[in-house]
Amino acid sequence: MSEDKFTFTVDGIEIEAEAGQSIIQACDAAGVYIPRLCYHPDLEPAGHCRVCTCKIDGRRSSACTMPAAHGMVVESDTAELNGDRRILIEMLFAEGNHFCPSCEKSGDCELQALGYRLGMVAVTLPYLWPERELDATHPDIFIDRNRCILCSRCIRASRTEDGKTVFGFEGRGIHLRLNIDAKHLDETTLAAADKGVHVCPVGCIVIKRTGYRTPYGNRQFDQAPIGSEIEARRARPKRGVESK
Amino acid sequence: MSGVQTSQGVRKIVIDPVTRVEGHGKVTIRLNEAGEVEEARFHIVEFRGFERFIRGRLFWEVPLIIQRLCGICPVSHHLAAARAMDAVVGVDKVTPTADKIRRLMHYGQVLQSHALHIFHLASPDLLFGFDAPPEQRHIIAVLNRFPEIGKWAIFIRKYGQEVIKATGGRKIHPTNAVPGGVNQNLSVENRDVLRKEIDQILAWCGAALERHKGYVAANQALCRDFANFKSNFVSLVGPAGGMDLYEGKLRAIDPAGQMIFDDVDPTAYRDHFIEEVRSWTYLKFPHIRSLSREDGWYRVGPLAQINCCSSIDTPIAEAARREFVAENHGSPVHATLAYHWARLICLIHCGEKIKELLFDDDLQGTDLILQGERRPEGIACIEAPRGTLFHHYTVDEHDQVTSANLIVSTTSNNEAMNRAVKQVAMNDLSGREITEGLLNHIEVAIRAFDPCLSCATHALGQMPLIVTLEDADGSLIASRVKQ
Repeated sequence: MSEDKFTFTVDGIEIEAEAGQSIIQACDAAGVYIPRLCYHPDLEPAGHCRVCTCKIDGRRSSACTMPAAHGMVVESDTAELNGDRRILIEMLFAEGNHFCPSCEKSGDCELQALGYRLGMVAVTLPYLWPERELDATHPDIFIDRNRCILCSRCIRASRTEDGKTVFGFEGRGIHLRLNIDAKHLDETTLAAADKGVHVCPVGCIVIKRTGYRTPYGNRQFDQAPIGSEIEARRARPKRGVESK
Repeated sequence: MSGVQTSQGVRKIVIDPVTRVEGHGKVTIRLNEAGEVEEARFHIVEFRGFERFIRGRLFWEVPLIIQRLCGICPVSHHLAAARAMDAVVGVDKVTPTADKIRRLMHYGQVLQSHALHIFHLASPDLLFGFDAPPEQRHIIAVLNRFPEIGKWAIFIRKYGQEVIKATGGRKIHPTNAVPGGVNQNLSVENRDVLRKEIDQILAWCGAALERHKGYVAANQALCRDFANFKSNFVSLVGPAGGMDLYEGKLRAIDPAGQMIFDDVDPTAYRDHFIEEVRSWTYLKFPHIRSLSREDGWYRVGPLAQINCCSSIDTPIAEAARREFVAENHGSPVHATLAYHWARLICLIHCGEKIKELLFDDDLQGTDLILQGERRPEGIACIEAPRGTLFHHYTVDEHDQVTSANLIVSTTSNNEAMNRAVKQVAMNDLSGREITEGLLNHIEVAIRAFDPCLSCATHALGQMPLIVTLEDADGSLIASRVKQ
């Protein structure tokens, strides 16, 4: 092991990490999946959704923002933490208007896929049924705020990847909503090729006229649960990493 | 819950709910001063509002959202909406592969829905008799007493659902049709599995028809006279007036079989139909515009499909149609119970069309979706299992739906079902009491139309028949509910 590499454990599995890596980055590289929603590998972490919260040396912290450190003992795949994650997912379903049966992101939606992975069979919390708007004024893109989970991926991508400030938050607490830098989407500089359009984990920001083109059975999460692509990395023997 | 409520001095009967139909309805029968049936109404007491909340949604979502109207015939709504949206994306004719995949899915849908109605919903009445005890008139009793028919029930329906799954990924609420085409063809693996079973399915459909013809021969007076009244009929027909359950032109015939209109493009439906609203039901009353409200009502569904078409392009169903038509010397058949015979002919037709398509290599084509110049409006018409179904949408420049109008088959049969209920009540109501026999006969009449009350009101929850008996002044005499 080189000098800038070190190891820590997640659920008893030894993970090799490099200096500067967050826990989630090191785990992804090592093929250990920690559930997440707001984290995106191409963007700076935000720690918004709290789904990736782990116990790190006994204290809770988000794995996307916490730097990995030598000798850390991380708990992630436990009944307690997964139960908390399931409730977080339920809250997101309950506070928006998510109609999976007719949503074009169904089967490719990270929120839906996490619900399945975490064993959420029904929403047990009362639905809030908020009134939210759909902005379809842009010729190529629409925003359906009924499905927004306030992950901020679009905000970060628009700023750091696209060099624009199309998206931002407005309001506080339960009144927080995704805003744009104009009255309507067609008045912004947003373009279909922008990174900000393609990082949405749910069906909130979507390219128009592309829905339902992939048949049942062939959609991303029809084939395997969310996180399997990361876990598949563990199947390949890695030097210095113990196989499961 | 099932019970009769009666009181002396008032005259109203309620049957609520009507059972073994899709949806929640109730019947009220009003008596005059002399104690005779004055009026009978079939009320649809659900409200769904799909036409309203589809507004503002994006047009390509509509085939997926709108099929949630129904769990029995979602494919009909899915395809009708997709075809309407074909027009919106400027596609007048989809590719041969897309057309045939959609047709295959549609024939699978009609096959499974007709099997469900004939065997699960209607056969207990026919096999055990209208007056048999309620605990005997259900599909489990059919399975015990007539295992061969029970087998047809399960496997014919299953086959239709397998066709839907093979084309749309799921047996219920599939997704396949998108504006301008389809999202997949039929895999060779799925085609080969379906090919292996189709001959057996066709043999069972034929056996079911023969069995029903035996029932008709043994019960001629009942089949001829039960809820028999004359009406107009409306159906889509294909080229040269042949049966086409997927697409075609509208044909309307009068009770004698003379054309009221023919060769009408479904996009002109508003020129030929008008919908009337009445205060006591969520179901509208459409009628033919050129005729009065009293004369312009019509029936749709299998009986209309057989009465309106000049021929059927599949040999077994055509032979069966000729035999059916010969029974009434070529004139339209009006007997309500004839719906079952007609439905069996359509069942066979669907089986034959499925077989024909399974040997068509176009189903494995890869040219799936076309795109044209956007238009602001889309109208499509399809023969759903229960009859002619209209979908009409307008879409704004931002791709959002601005209006939707659906005329579903059960809506078109509304007046006919009310007349059927009245006629049965006039024949079978004796005195002021709602007997089990009256209840059963009314349900049999309604059930013949295979109504889908959920679709018709565009409902959630359970689907119970309520019959109420009212006095001339509207006060309640008796009420009976069946879950």
